[in-house]
Amino acid sequence: MADDLFKALADSTRRTILDELAERSGQTLFEICARLSMRHGLGISRQAVSQHLAVLEAAGLVETRREGRYKFHDLNTAPLRRIAERWLVPDTPDPEDSTP
Amino acid sequence: MKIHLTSVFVDDQAKALRFYTEILGFVKKHDVPVGEQDRWLTVVSPEEPGGTELLLEPARHPAARTYRDALVEDGIPLAQFAVDDVDAEYERLSALGVRFTQRPVEMGPVTTAVLDDTCGNLIQLASQPR
Repeated sequence: MADDLFKALADSTRRTILDELAERSGQTLFEICARLSMRHGLGISRQAVSQHLAVLEAAGLVETRREGRYKFHDLNTAPLRRIAERWLVPDTPDPEDSTP
Repeated sequence: MKIHLTSVFVDDQAKALRFYTEILGFVKKHDVPVGEQDRWLTVVSPEEPGGTELLLEPARHPAARTYRDALVEDGIPLAQFAVDDVDAEYERLSALGVRFTQRPVEMGPVTTAVLDDTCGNLIQLASQPR
C-alpha cells in the first residue's frame, strides 16, 4: 500500500490531477481531461488520464462514485496522513519560542 | 459550405422539445411528421432564428444507447451552446431543476459547464471572456 502511494505521488501529472480535485472534488473524466488540457497545457489522451486515475485509485487517493448514469472522481487525502504520521514530529509548543 | 443543421439523439421527442424550448429557451423551427411516430423536429436560438438548427432526432438506432451511455458515464458532452454568462445560466437552470455534471469552471480562455438534457445527452455551455 505504501509503495502504491509513493508511486502515485511520484508523477507530476498525477499531482496536478490531485491539485484539481482538491479545488473541487467530484469530477467526471471529461472535466479532469479539460482541466489538464485547458489550464495546464497538458496534451495527454483520455486513455492516459484514465490510467493515471487508476494509479491514484489503487493508492486510495481517488475514489470513484457512480451516480445514476454518471461517474465522478473524488479526492481522498486520508492516505497522506500516514506519511505525516510516519516521519513528522507532532507540533509541541516550545516555551523558548513563545516568549518574545 | 456552412453548418446548417446538427443533431442530438433524444429518448423522447416531446420531452426533448419541452426541455430545449421551455428550459433552455430555444424556439421550435420545424415540426413535420415522419412515418408513424417520428417527427422532423428542429429548434433554433431566438437570437438567431435563421441560424443553425438543432435536430432532435429519435434515438431508435440500437447503437445510439450504447454510444450515449458511454459518453455520459465519462461526462462527455455531445454539443456545445454559447451563452453570455455561464455562471448566470448555471444559477437560472439549476433553479429550474437542471442537473449539472460539471459546475462552471474557468478553462483558460473560456468558462464552461456541462448539463444533462434529460433526454440522454450531456450539453456543454461555454462563454467567452467579456
